Amino acid sequence: MMQIEEKFTFETWPASPEKATLEAKNKFLGFWLFLGGETVLFASLFATYLALKNRVPENSHMALAKDIFELPLTFVATMLLLTSSLTSVYAIYHMKNFAFKKMYLWFGITILLGAGFLGLEVYEFNHYVHKFHHTFTSSAFGSAFYTLVGFHGGHVAFGLLWILTLMIRNAKRGLNLYNAPKFYVASLYWHFIDVVWVFIFTVVYLMGMVG
Amino acid sequence: MKWLAKWRLVYLIAVLALFLTGCGEPYLSTLKPAGEAAKMEYDLMKLSTLIMVGVILVVTIIFVIVLVRFRRKDDRIPKQVEGSHALEIIWTVIPILLLIILAIPTIMTTFKLADVSAMDKKGTKALVVNVRSHLYWWDFEYPGLGIVTSQELVVPTNEKVYFNLKSLDVKHSFWIPAIGGKMDTNPDNINKFWLEFDNKKANEAGNLFYGKCAELCGPSHGLMDFKVKAISRDKFNAWVADMKKVKKAQLAVSASAQEGQAIFSKSCIGCHAVTPMNTTPMTAHLAPNLSNFGERSRVAGILPHTKEAIKDWIRNPEKYKPGNHMTGKYPKMSEDQLNALADYLMGLKVQQ
Amino acid sequence: MSTNTQRKGFGSTLWGFLTTVDHKKIAILYLIAGGFFFLVGGIEAMFIRIQLSEPNNHFVSAAEYNQIMTMHGTTMIFLAAMPLVFAFMNAVMPLQIGARDVAFPFLNALGFWLFLFGGLFLNCSWFLGGAPDAGWTNYASLAMNSKGHGVDFYVLGLQITGIGTLIGGINFLVTIINMRAPGMTYMRMPLFTWTTFVTSGMILFAFPPLTVGLVFMMFDRLFGAKFYEVAFGGNTVIWEHLFWVFGHPEVYILILPAFGIFSEVFAMFSRKRLFGYSSMVFATVLIGFLGFMVWAHHMFTTGLGPVANSIFAIATMAIGVPTGIKIFNWLFTMWGGSVKFTTPMHYAVAFIPSFVAGGVTGIMLASAAADYQYHDTYFVVAHFHYVIVGGVVFALLAGTHLYWPKMFGTMLNEVLGKITFWFFLIGFHLTFFVQHLLGLWGMPRRVFTYLPGQGLDTANFVSTIGAFLMATGVTIMLVNIVMTTVKNEKVSHDPWGDGRTLEWSISSPPPFYNFKQLPLVRGLDAYWLEKMEGKDGMIPAEPIGDIHMPNSSFIPFMISLGLFIAAFGAMYHAEHSNWAFPLMFIGLLITFGSMFLRSVKDDHGFHIHKEELMNDNKGVEV
Repeated sequence: MMQIEEKFTFETWPASPEKATLEAKNKFLGFWLFLGGETVLFASLFATYLALKNRVPENSHMALAKDIFELPLTFVATMLLLTSSLTSVYAIYHMKNFAFKKMYLWFGITILLGAGFLGLEVYEFNHYVHKFHHTFTSSAFGSAFYTLVGFHGGHVAFGLLWILTLMIRNAKRGLNLYNAPKFYVASLYWHFIDVVWVFIFTVVYLMGMVG
Repeated sequence: MKWLAKWRLVYLIAVLALFLTGCGEPYLSTLKPAGEAAKMEYDLMKLSTLIMVGVILVVTIIFVIVLVRFRRKDDRIPKQVEGSHALEIIWTVIPILLLIILAIPTIMTTFKLADVSAMDKKGTKALVVNVRSHLYWWDFEYPGLGIVTSQELVVPTNEKVYFNLKSLDVKHSFWIPAIGGKMDTNPDNINKFWLEFDNKKANEAGNLFYGKCAELCGPSHGLMDFKVKAISRDKFNAWVADMKKVKKAQLAVSASAQEGQAIFSKSCIGCHAVTPMNTTPMTAHLAPNLSNFGERSRVAGILPHTKEAIKDWIRNPEKYKPGNHMTGKYPKMSEDQLNALADYLMGLKVQQ
Repeated sequence: MSTNTQRKGFGSTLWGFLTTVDHKKIAILYLIAGGFFFLVGGIEAMFIRIQLSEPNNHFVSAAEYNQIMTMHGTTMIFLAAMPLVFAFMNAVMPLQIGARDVAFPFLNALGFWLFLFGGLFLNCSWFLGGAPDAGWTNYASLAMNSKGHGVDFYVLGLQITGIGTLIGGINFLVTIINMRAPGMTYMRMPLFTWTTFVTSGMILFAFPPLTVGLVFMMFDRLFGAKFYEVAFGGNTVIWEHLFWVFGHPEVYILILPAFGIFSEVFAMFSRKRLFGYSSMVFATVLIGFLGFMVWAHHMFTTGLGPVANSIFAIATMAIGVPTGIKIFNWLFTMWGGSVKFTTPMHYAVAFIPSFVAGGVTGIMLASAAADYQYHDTYFVVAHFHYVIVGGVVFALLAGTHLYWPKMFGTMLNEVLGKITFWFFLIGFHLTFFVQHLLGLWGMPRRVFTYLPGQGLDTANFVSTIGAFLMATGVTIMLVNIVMTTVKNEKVSHDPWGDGRTLEWSISSPPPFYNFKQLPLVRGLDAYWLEKMEGKDGMIPAEPIGDIHMPNSSFIPFMISLGLFIAAFGAMYHAEHSNWAFPLMFIGLLITFGSMFLRSVKDDHGFHIHKEELMNDNKGVEV
């Protein structure tokens, strides 16, 4: 077992720094399990969304899913988030190669892309509220939509802050076996968010537009 | 150990004694089924109980042998047995077989009880009742007959009666234990099922079955009782004809009742209808229909059917059904007014 | 760190507990808090039985009754049974696998404090305008219709508690997967560890749906969402599904650890290895899986249709098979054994007929068509009390007696223990057996009173007498605990003399690092194997070396406190926005600030050095 406080060079850096100590192994496994729980959480949200999709007050002529969604906007958002997932892979690749600066560069790009996604989402919600009066409180459909997509958005925001905090905290220290697992699980989290978005894009937007 | 056995004996006798006190009341107990649905369910109960008593017997026999034979007497170390495949297979396979024996009739009965195809057929002759549950009272509409009643359901015996169940506020559950299992009244959707009332059993139970709300619905959930009058088809037809005759509010006879009617028309009619015709949708019914109130068996579903009880109820409904929606909806009544109202209500009868 | 052997003042002891990350101390915290809530729930139960002792009783009002009944269920499940189960998991499981601590000591503490603050929040409702009153199942239409803040307390309190439980579950899973001692393969793990493992997995998948259901209700009640508002397109049946997707596994989450404790008890006091160990493990895992596929049997009368009802009926019956396997394996563990009737063994023996009775009524309930009669009656009340009291509570009482010496270093009095047992057993059957009949005779559950003339009076009175016997038993146990604590006669590492698993190989209570040297495990019942070869300790798997230990921390307490404060803010934001919004903000700031602090402040723990260990005579002896 390697020591957490040890200083490393490219040559001494282990192949899987995210699993090199017992603490890191625990963190790695624990985080995977946590994501398992998160999966059930989102599954419940998806199930509810499908049950309440287009459920608005009777005879109210409120906007339905097919009326409000616009493909170009969500497509751009999807591309941003998918790309950010790829850039975080690069970051972890450089982490494993003990290339601290490159890792920071790619995590930096990841954050920018994620922030872009979040900005689009804020614009999108704002648009629905003002153009269609489709709000969180207007109907069961509205509540289910904003809760599902908003939970995801909340995860994105949390992920951004998390990676950012890690970067600021470790900017002057370089990589060691104490912070490498932290970067690794943060990137896992980011991938998870990305996967959830793929489902949201399919279930909410694509299936929404076909009616 | 001796006194343990003794205790068990005392306990067994006590349990047996309780069993022998009976199977409950004929108008209320699921163990005295008075209709086809309850009978089917009762048969399932008996079958499952039989199987389960068998299981308990086997366990008990092994259990007792173990307790008697294998108490620690010395410091010897018993043989460390890993297990026995033969035994394990036995106690895996036999329960599976027992469960199959139970599962088949369960599924058959479940489907039979859910078969409401007759009520949805066009031009069906089946009797359909729309049940709407409200906070602490029940509303019954006979859509095919064009009449409405509340709190006391009237049904013909020896034929299937079909129900459309829905709640107009929180979730309740419609249950007539002696006649059959319950079905929830959801606020979201209409549930359908059927019940059948056995004529002979109905006569034995005094033609009046107890119905209950089985889903927690608020403070007075335990008091949300209703009654079911099960009568022969002929009597039922006569009742329907009598109900249909009442086209507008009946006129009171005695002077006191007339005074009561005046009060009623001023303070009560806003919520309580006194005509049995279903001219308004059920969602517009705010309180029980009182057209045949004088012929019912309970006041507010729970109090004895007397003038005093009516007066007590009107004086302070909150005392008898906490959380009801009647309290405070009408002005305070003097003793004379209460007497007059009670006289009027007791006189509301459709059958002469 | 040899300071822990010095005498401490009250203040530093308290501070020690507030900041501890030691699984053994956290176990004690769970035991105390869970025990406290068990008493609260028990008092609520007594109120219920007094109110129902005669028809038309006015001991409590209808509204009060609904609050008491709701809080009895909620308290007993979430705030008593769960934490007490967690107490034993924390106290015993790491020792059983030969670990020095759990995988995430910090999160372990966080889980406890979240549970405690959630529970306190829930119980604050008694003093702030009334407790939740929609039943522990909190069905949506009724809950939405409930006036005041009672249901808000339920919704917010359970969210906080639920996060704590989820964290605990992940922690145990990782601990068992990653931190077993050398030689401790999966198929050598004691059954209590196995049940902890499966239970933790179930927690991981069962709690998120509950959280989602609670979040929806919080959004609806406090922030104007429309999930359960039928008029706005909402649907109340969604709550039923989400609740029971959690609620049914929850039953197995409670009962599996109980099975685990009894498996240990049967093997120990029969002096035999568990009969059919591998089939026991298999049955446990199978129950864990099936537990997720039966939730709709709670909704047979909701109107899901005959197809769904039949499928769920069969799935439910199927669970009876692995449970039956377990019963017979326990019986055959005793068969041919040398059975010693200690207090824990009394509970274990009584558990078999009691639980079989609860199990068979479970199969009866699974028969969907017949369930139309049983559903929401006292028959169901009797059934689940047979399972939960006859199974879980018996196990918790057995576990309390069994593990008391391991947790506190002193034995509970056996005579008083047996007196408690007899009161509790007789009271239990007296209380709940007649409730089967009450249900069949037509008494719905959750009624605040019943009218005379329905044939329900006698049985209800009998039931109340039983409840008083149970209360007497619990009181005697409290006396026992006080007496034992005052006397404080120290006991050895294997006080029962029949210990089989690793926890009995180290001193009672164990040193804070548990094992001076990690033990080498050579088979199932590792300590028993060594004893049979005439040794009184384990063979060490490593030389004495430095031990790495985590630092204590006050942060878990602060994170939980912040959520506690924020919950008040969220609840009152609509009518008192002038102070409630700032309060919510402050609370969240405390929580996230503490998390931030934890994140940026390095915590490498500390080492106990070899030399100190040499001078310490506890732990594994060669």
